[in-house]
Amino acid sequence: MFYREVGQYKTNYSADMSVMPLLQDRVGIGIILFIAVVIIPYFGNAFLIQAIMIPFLVFSLAAIGLNLLTGYTGLLSLGTGAFMGVGAYACYKLTTYFPDVNILIWIVASGFFSAAVGVVFGLPSLRIKGFYLAVATLAAQFFLSWCFIRQPWFYNYNASGAIEVPTRTLFGIPITGATASDSTRYYVVLGIVVAMTWLASNLVHGRIGRMWMAVRDMDLAAELIGIRLLRTKLLAFAVSSFYCGVAGALLVFQWYGSAEPAVFDVNLSFFILFMVIIGGLGSLTGSYLGAALIFILPIVLRYIPPHLGIPIRPATVDHIQYMIIGALIVLFLIVEPNGLARLWQIGKQKLRVWPFPY
Amino acid sequence: MHLIYQIFIDPFVQMGNAPDLLVQTLWEGLVAGVLYSLIALGFVLIFKASGVFNFAQGIMVVFAALTLVGFYEHGIPAYVALALTIAVMFGLAFAVERLMLRPLVNQPDIILFMATFGLTYFLIGFGELVFGGDPKVMIASQLGLPKGAVEFKMAGGFVSLQKIDIAAAIIASIMVAALAVFFQKTRVGRALRAVADSHKAALSVGISLEYIWVIVWFAAGLVALATGIMWGARSEVSFALEIIALKALPVLILGGFTSIPGAIIGGVIIGVGEKIGEFYWGPLLGSGIETWLAYVIALVFLLFRPQGLFGERIIERI
Amino acid sequence: MRAPIGPEVSAGDVLLSVEDVSLSFGGVKAVSNVSFDIRKGEIRAIIGPNGAGKTSMLNIINGFYHPQQGHITFRGKTRSKMQPHEAAYGGIARTFQNVALFRGMTALDNIMAGRTLKMHSNFFWQLLRHGPAMHEEVKHRQRVEEIIDFLKIQEIRRVPVGRLPYGLQKRVELGRALAMEPDLLLLDEPMAGMNLEEKEDMSRFVLDVNDHYGTTIALIEHDMGVVMDLSDRVVVLDHGIKIADGTPNEIKGNQAVIDAYLGVAH
Repeated sequence: MFYREVGQYKTNYSADMSVMPLLQDRVGIGIILFIAVVIIPYFGNAFLIQAIMIPFLVFSLAAIGLNLLTGYTGLLSLGTGAFMGVGAYACYKLTTYFPDVNILIWIVASGFFSAAVGVVFGLPSLRIKGFYLAVATLAAQFFLSWCFIRQPWFYNYNASGAIEVPTRTLFGIPITGATASDSTRYYVVLGIVVAMTWLASNLVHGRIGRMWMAVRDMDLAAELIGIRLLRTKLLAFAVSSFYCGVAGALLVFQWYGSAEPAVFDVNLSFFILFMVIIGGLGSLTGSYLGAALIFILPIVLRYIPPHLGIPIRPATVDHIQYMIIGALIVLFLIVEPNGLARLWQIGKQKLRVWPFPY
Repeated sequence: MHLIYQIFIDPFVQMGNAPDLLVQTLWEGLVAGVLYSLIALGFVLIFKASGVFNFAQGIMVVFAALTLVGFYEHGIPAYVALALTIAVMFGLAFAVERLMLRPLVNQPDIILFMATFGLTYFLIGFGELVFGGDPKVMIASQLGLPKGAVEFKMAGGFVSLQKIDIAAAIIASIMVAALAVFFQKTRVGRALRAVADSHKAALSVGISLEYIWVIVWFAAGLVALATGIMWGARSEVSFALEIIALKALPVLILGGFTSIPGAIIGGVIIGVGEKIGEFYWGPLLGSGIETWLAYVIALVFLLFRPQGLFGERIIERI
Repeated sequence: MRAPIGPEVSAGDVLLSVEDVSLSFGGVKAVSNVSFDIRKGEIRAIIGPNGAGKTSMLNIINGFYHPQQGHITFRGKTRSKMQPHEAAYGGIARTFQNVALFRGMTALDNIMAGRTLKMHSNFFWQLLRHGPAMHEEVKHRQRVEEIIDFLKIQEIRRVPVGRLPYGLQKRVELGRALAMEPDLLLLDEPMAGMNLEEKEDMSRFVLDVNDHYGTTIALIEHDMGVVMDLSDRVVVLDHGIKIADGTPNEIKGNQAVIDAYLGVAH
């Protein structure tokens, strides 16, 4: 009853093909954006913004990136962490060489470096498929991780091996570094993530999205209708790595404030992959849902039991987190391989016919 | 010019100058290779018989070793602990079949592959919870494995071979031979090969998939246990082993996913290649190239021969 | 029954000709020294018992398999090897025995995918989904809707193709091939697995495509009634060799063809 489409007919093709044809969807997104832009910064405390919202948005962006490659194009990648790292280090080097250029420009530019690296490591995808390609991406992951640790040029020959984010401003307001406030950083991240989500949505609803999905579903048939496989796959690697690179730059510059190379290891790659699997392969909404679940879970585990009076050590939280995530992966793959996004769709379907059962 | 000399000439000069070091490095590579092959062997077993690419093989190695040491630390005598661990691995195989494989039968391979990711992380969390994250010492001597080293002089220096490594190589060879015979000659082995080809066809000739899968995961569990014991005896037992186990993937790429001899040869190539690469070319690039060299070798290999040394060519029919 | 071949068709230009083509897989010879041609505007049937090499022949025309010997001349250009996307750009489209649709997408998206090679708006506009990109989407959507009307699949536009019954899937696949606006349409057993009504519908569609759009059609088919009714000319393959080539009437009476189908030892 709440989600009825009846009566919302379209009179031209461009309205019919719009990304959100239903009024309810548009209202929903409007409410979400209102909450994100107004309610949270105004009412939320520093903890909510710093420890939950900012990283949630950053991981959602990375999950979108990986989803474009693995969910839409069907190319399994285990190198997400490394591509995020390329973005972060690129941003760092750019801003140390050119400190006067606006940091926002460098955050976006670092995506291009990541995209270039992604294309290089995506070249094997012409000849290699499936599991084998996953191993090729592992090569990227381990090689790049090694670079970040062992090639001192990356961290400006710092003794500690870590990178420290310098203070940068925009119109006089500090947006990175120790003096930047939570709200400022939150707005930067929110703006970038929302804009890039909109761009990704445009891509997947149009010709390029169809090309990617065709390659995923049956690449032989895709070739026969004129899709050039290598170009399409490399484009997927490029765009996906761009998103992961920007996410990596945001991770370091807007959340952590500093980074050790160990941050961008193979565990991060798996982390993001799990977000995509649980959230739903091939769904942008799913990327957000998966990021929310996997990211919020350890926080819930860490803070709820003490409130209930059950003592719990931080190490135990980690262990239980791994167990729950592992079990959830298997559970989702058994019950709903299309992830939370599909569950959400089923939920909407129920809303469509409520109060009737079908 | 100097760079060319450094890359193409100098390492070989070094090899010639100190042949004892070369032999030592080759031996280290061989031993590492044998251990990688054992992990790859576990993968091949499961893949050959169920088409599932078991990413959790590495963590099964760690888990088996930890269980063994855990029992021993609780006061159970070594051989009894061994028997109990074997029982635990059987229980694990049974649980995996019931809870993971059966519900996912007939799903595409990539789904099963991702399910084994979930299994891996679950076992990591569970293992750390039960056993704690500190490294432990393997009960090698209690199990009758030799200690100490064999040394022999060579070309002005000497080469030292750890006895445990020799034992590992021998035990690995025996296991491989036994498995090869098992697959080729026995009735169960034939059934396993049938299941690997086609679940539906195997079902239709009356092979019980559940029974086969439990056997095969149990066999892989035994291989994991043996690997865990060997590896734990050389260094300590810790979760760092899990990442090292990822190295089995390049081994599988070289050797093919379904070939037992391929796993061995692939493992040796990767092990030796890695050690030689690290020792003679590593200093040029900054050390630690061992972390990625294996993958790059595999990647280069894939570009020329996508099915590996021994794998079957994939022919796609439309 | 089609009207007897009139002078304007026999004078029609050859659109595609297969010259002395041989193909083997390992030791198996799938196709041996086969030559035939397809004239513009005709419906050409390729028939033969199982294993005759018919699908391999289509795969060769498509650029999927590369023959060890011989060449294909299409629209005047001769080549011995062609990549599948070159065939697509050249104006050859095809359907498959086991429906090769993109299962993750709706019927509409599948047919829109067929328009890919006609879409040129660049990446920048695709990112914005505005201006040239949107304009192009709408223009091609109109063409796709014409095809949807033609094939009468309006109700199932938004249904993911994996959920459609087999007969409708085959129609969507035909739609996707038509969306490419091909000069030559290759149909691999388009009536396979259909009942009588569905076959009549599909036959009507094939004829209409040929009449309405002027598309040349080559089809592999086992149902002799369909072959006799639809085709202008027939080529018969058996064990990879061409054993007959001519009008349906000529083929019907050909002893070699009858022997091949009845399995007489030769």
